[in-house]
Amino acid sequence: MTMSEGELAVAELHFVRDRAIAPQPPPASMTGALGWVRANLLSTPFNIALTVIVVALLAWVIPELAKFLVFDAVWSGADRDACREAVQHREIGACWPFVWERLPYFVYGSYPIPERWRVDAFFVMLALGIVWLLWLEAPRRDIGVVYCFVVLPIAAFILLHGFEAIGLPVVDTVLWGGMLVTIVVASVGIVVSLPLGILLALGRRSHMPTVRLFSTLFIEFVRGVPLITVLFMASVMLPLFVPERLEPDKLLRALIGIALFASAYMAEVVRAGLQAIPKGQFEGAMAVGLGYWPMMRLIVLPQALKITIPNIVNTYIGLFKDTTLVFIVGIFDFLRAVEVARIDPKWATPVTSTTGYAVAAMFYLAFCYGMSRYARAMEARLAAGEKR
Amino acid sequence: MSIDVTGRPAPATDAFYNDPKVRSFAYQIALGVLVAVLVYGAVTNAIEHLERAHIASGFGFWDQAAGFDISQTLIFYSSQVSTYGRAFWVGLLNTLLVAGIGIVLATVLGFVVGISRLSKNWLLAKTAGGYVEIIRNIPLLLQLLFWYNAVLKALPEMRDSIVIARGAYLNNRGLFLPQPVFLHGFGVVIAAAAVAVAAAVVFTLAARRRQKHTGKRLPVAAVVLALLIGLPLVGFVLKGLPLTFNYPEVGRFNIAGGVEVLPEFAALLFGLSIYTAAFIAEVVRAGILAVSRGQIEAAYSLGLRPRPTLRLIVVPQAMRVIIPPLTSQYLNLTKNSTLAVAIGYPDLVQVFTGTVLNQTGQAVEVVAITMLVYLTISLVTSLLMNIYNRRVALVER
Repeated sequence: MTMSEGELAVAELHFVRDRAIAPQPPPASMTGALGWVRANLLSTPFNIALTVIVVALLAWVIPELAKFLVFDAVWSGADRDACREAVQHREIGACWPFVWERLPYFVYGSYPIPERWRVDAFFVMLALGIVWLLWLEAPRRDIGVVYCFVVLPIAAFILLHGFEAIGLPVVDTVLWGGMLVTIVVASVGIVVSLPLGILLALGRRSHMPTVRLFSTLFIEFVRGVPLITVLFMASVMLPLFVPERLEPDKLLRALIGIALFASAYMAEVVRAGLQAIPKGQFEGAMAVGLGYWPMMRLIVLPQALKITIPNIVNTYIGLFKDTTLVFIVGIFDFLRAVEVARIDPKWATPVTSTTGYAVAAMFYLAFCYGMSRYARAMEARLAAGEKR
Repeated sequence: MSIDVTGRPAPATDAFYNDPKVRSFAYQIALGVLVAVLVYGAVTNAIEHLERAHIASGFGFWDQAAGFDISQTLIFYSSQVSTYGRAFWVGLLNTLLVAGIGIVLATVLGFVVGISRLSKNWLLAKTAGGYVEIIRNIPLLLQLLFWYNAVLKALPEMRDSIVIARGAYLNNRGLFLPQPVFLHGFGVVIAAAAVAVAAAVVFTLAARRRQKHTGKRLPVAAVVLALLIGLPLVGFVLKGLPLTFNYPEVGRFNIAGGVEVLPEFAALLFGLSIYTAAFIAEVVRAGILAVSRGQIEAAYSLGLRPRPTLRLIVVPQAMRVIIPPLTSQYLNLTKNSTLAVAIGYPDLVQVFTGTVLNQTGQAVEVVAITMLVYLTISLVTSLLMNIYNRRVALVER
């Protein structure tokens, strides 16, 4: 078909654009940093007021913290004179030489100095176990589980407590202290509470009335009372309940208290996971002829534990913080070591306490925050399968 | 008959020990016997130990003279005449006092922080997030020690007390405030307050009924506020201001008169409230996020403004999610108040499980009573919780 002359002229003379003009840039106040600030910080009068208040708060807290921890801090010195305003004639922040000098005490407590390599070896073995378990691409993680829950506890006991037959002198637990005790208490709690918690959770969901009754009683009882009373019970009443020759030492009593306490909480976490498994999974397992334990081991627990991993890690965070309570029944954990060191007359200054607490806070914050990041990453990873 | 394909003899599935009923019976008997043996062993050992140590058993110590002082007593207590039983009540009241005030403070702070974390204001949300992450990940005991030893004990001595206002002093021995003294005639003010509360309730109910019938709203908040403040104030003025203050007098080493807030109490209160608030903030945030976006959009499309949407749609649904974990946070706070023992606040554990146990040596009785108290608090709370839960739970069809 051909176009007539007239039609062509009209087509060339159209009043409508056949090409879009380039878009204008958005107003400067809506984009970039300025726009972001307007939208996020200054959108309404109320929002502006909030921003002003928060900025004022941060402008007060952050410089104070920085001054104390870094700019006004003392970095070297031999004794308390280095950290005293009256001697130094300037404002004094954190007293770090106190920490440098007491660091071995914070880590090992009174563990004999020639034997401290054993503690170091334990830390290395523990770190290996943790990396093996938590790093998802690590080779042979099944062996890692055996290593962490069987080999490591035995090896750690021989290493730390000592075993005369192989030439390791026995170190009484009274001498253990500092981070060593904190980490030992936390690890024992972690290693014991998971299996015991699983058993209690299964017991609470059992069809056998006696088993259910005892499990429920134990869980509700322990969860209903404060940890301190459990620790008091373990340290004051336990020696009464066992024959004299079996009387456990002080650290072991605290370990038993912590482990039982953590197990009750773990049981409830695991029970929540078990409840999330559809009934069809149980029935399917029974239909293919699996007994109770194979069904739990092969079908139910792998699914239930997988979805509870974040909560299990959260329980571990709580457990790690709760280890500080052994301090009250006279165990020399990290916090107790800081408590003792800070009142040492050699370093008696107004800033010593705060410095000690700052170090302790950083230690616990690093561990707990690390664990909570791991839990969150795990949660995101597990949720990936649910997202479409 | 099953068909034997493998040629092996069929397993003896019908043996009596494979019967699930028999098995479960056997397991339960075994467990029962095990528990019984453990309990029997523990009891006989305990009796033997206590006899050898010449420690009396039973609750006879309850009525014996205590003979030790307690630094904070809400009810009358004196080391000379009061009994161990009295000391128990003093400790319990101190626990309830710090837990009660702590719960109020933690709830207020927790809701503020939790809502701030969801704020559109980036700076506020991040600051609230930082607060939660830092406070949650530092052990409570460390925080208590910090407040007590590094903050409150580092305040100036008695001689150089900080004067906050007339009659209010702060030093390393505590906070000293004027004590109100109610003169004759203050009962009228209390009566007026009671009348005001009753009137406010009646007015609120009437206003609600009126709104239901006519759709017209009365200024409820303003009227209620006027009633609650105005009536007692009128009574107070008419009776000739029947209230004076007993101001604390600062001496060289001591402050006489007034009300004293112990540094131990303040440290425990700060520590517990700040710590628990971080957990409550997370509970609140989760609760608000649990209300689906569609609910809010539906409310907007019905023409509700943001504030009524929040009050009528979001909060009631969020509360359903928030209340159960919130209660368990309250219980945690109460249980955590036992850490008082580390800084010397005379709570139940410090007074009873600490001093009384050390003086009498009756570990079994004392620890059992302490546990019973906390168990009772837990069980009563969860009972109330279950009743509440049944009332607000979604009725699903």
